[in-house]
Amino acid sequence: MYSDKVIDHFTNPRNVGEIENADGVGEKVSSSCGDRMKVFLKVEDGIIQDIKFQTYGCGAAIASSSMMSELVLGKTLQEALDLTNDQVAEALDGLPAPKLHCSNLAADALHEAIKNFQATSA
Amino acid sequence: MKRIYMDNNATTAVRPEVMEAMLPFYREHFGNPSSVHWAGRATGAALEAAREQVARLINCAPAEIVFTSCGSEGDNLAIKGAADVLRDRGNHIITTAVEHPAVLSTCEYLKKQGFEVTYLPVDGSGMLDVVALEAAITEKTILISVMWANNETGTLFPIEQIGAVARKHKIVFHTDAVQAIGRVPVDVQAAQVDLLAISGHKIGAPKGVGALYVRKGIRLTPLIHGGHQERNRRAGTHNLPGIVGLGMACELAASDLETAAQRLRQLRDRLEQGLLAAIPESLVNGHPTERLTNTLNISFNYIEGEAVLLFLDMQGIAASSGSACMSDSFGQSHVIEAMGVDPMMANAAIRFGLGYDNTDADVDRVLEILPTIVKKLRDMSPFYHERDVNKATA
Repeated sequence: MYSDKVIDHFTNPRNVGEIENADGVGEKVSSSCGDRMKVFLKVEDGIIQDIKFQTYGCGAAIASSSMMSELVLGKTLQEALDLTNDQVAEALDGLPAPKLHCSNLAADALHEAIKNFQATSA
Repeated sequence: MKRIYMDNNATTAVRPEVMEAMLPFYREHFGNPSSVHWAGRATGAALEAAREQVARLINCAPAEIVFTSCGSEGDNLAIKGAADVLRDRGNHIITTAVEHPAVLSTCEYLKKQGFEVTYLPVDGSGMLDVVALEAAITEKTILISVMWANNETGTLFPIEQIGAVARKHKIVFHTDAVQAIGRVPVDVQAAQVDLLAISGHKIGAPKGVGALYVRKGIRLTPLIHGGHQERNRRAGTHNLPGIVGLGMACELAASDLETAAQRLRQLRDRLEQGLLAAIPESLVNGHPTERLTNTLNISFNYIEGEAVLLFLDMQGIAASSGSACMSDSFGQSHVIEAMGVDPMMANAAIRFGLGYDNTDADVDRVLEILPTIVKKLRDMSPFYHERDVNKATA
C-alpha cells in the first residue's frame, strides 16, 4: 500500500535526531491520530543549515518527516515556509488516502519551528 | 529471506489434509447436493458427513449445524434471526464492548430497529464480570451474545458460567466462537450455548465457509431466503468443497487440539517472555492465564504498532495490529480501549497469532529482530527522549 519512496524513507529516515541549542524548535500533534512530530533547525543567513526531527507515528508519518527534512535542507526560510503538505506527499509518490493527513504533520511542524526561530531571533 | 506467518488469528493456510479432501469436489463430485440424481447423491452424502464432523467437534447433533459462508454470516443469522423471532417477548440484548465487529455492528443495526443493547465493560485484562452480566438482565432481555475468545487479545470468557446464567433466566445465548474453535475444547452442551458461530478459515479450512450451531428448538428468521437448503434456515446452493474442507478441519482439530494447543503455548510463552525480557516498558494485553495459547498481544511504549509491523513485514514477518478488519481505519482498537489501556500503549499493540506451521526457529527469529526494531523506532520518538524528564518532574 506504500510507494517505494515511502518505504525507503521509512526504512532509512534522513535527519533523525535533535540539534542541541537549535535556533528554532517546533512541534505538531495530529488531532486525528495522535501522531507527533518535533523539528529542530539550525539557521544561518536565512538558510536552513541543519534540520533534525523526532517523530512518533506510523510509517507514513515517519516517511513524511524524513522527506520534508530533505526537501528543505539548504533552502531559505521563505522556501521552507512555502512548502506544502501536498508537496511532501507528492515527493513521496503519494500516500494512501487514509494516511494523507500524516504528511500534514511534517509541513506544519516545520512551519512551527520556523515561527519559533523568527520569534526568538527577532 | 524466510517468510514467517504469525497472523493466524486473521486467517490460516489451508491444511494439506483439508485441501486433499476438497479437491475431488471440484471436478469429480461436482453435483448439487440438492439434486436427486447420481451426481447429487454423491455430494449429498459428503455434505452430511461433513455436518457430522463439525457436530462431533462441538458435541451437538448434526441436524443442529447450519452451514454458512463465514463467521460474520453466522453471527448475523444468530443475532438478527433470534431478535426477529423473539421481538414480541422483549427488545433487550446484552453483549460486550469487545465483540468482533460482526456482532457489534449487527447490534448497532438492531438498535436502529428499536432494540436496546447493553455493552458490558471488561477489566484491564479484558475479562468480563459474570455478576455484572446477570445484573444487566431485565424482563425484556431476549438475547445474550458473548464471544468465546477475543480475536485481538485471546482472552477467554467464562462461557460455561454465562451459559448457566442464560439458562437460569431462559434467555437465548449466542457465542461467537470463531477464534476459540480448534484452539480450546468447545462443548455446546457443557457450556449451555444455544447459538454458536464458527468460521472455516481460522482452523485450516478455506475462506468462504462457516457454520452456525442452532440448538434444537431455537427458531431463527433466515437472512437468505430461497430454496430449502439447511432445513430452510439458510438458502443457497451449498459450497460443497468448502463444507467438505470445514468438516475435515474439524475432524483434524478434534484429534490434535490438545497437542497443538500445548505446542503453541510453549512457542507463545517463549516469545512472550523473550520479548518482555529484551524490551523494557513492554506490556502484554490480555488475561495472564485465561487466554488462547496461540495469541500474544503486546505493546511497546513510545512507538506506534503500525510502524513496528512495517519493519517486521520488511523482514518477512507477518503479524498484525489489533484486528485485521480494522487495519484500514484510524484510531486504536476498541478492544484495547475497553480494557482501559493507556492510549499510547494502545496505539502500540501488536498481535501475534501462532499456528500449525510455526516453529521454534520462527520464535528465535522474531526475538532476534524485534528488539532492534523497537530500539530504532524509540530512537526516533520524541516521547522516548522526553521520558526521563517527565519521570523526574512527575
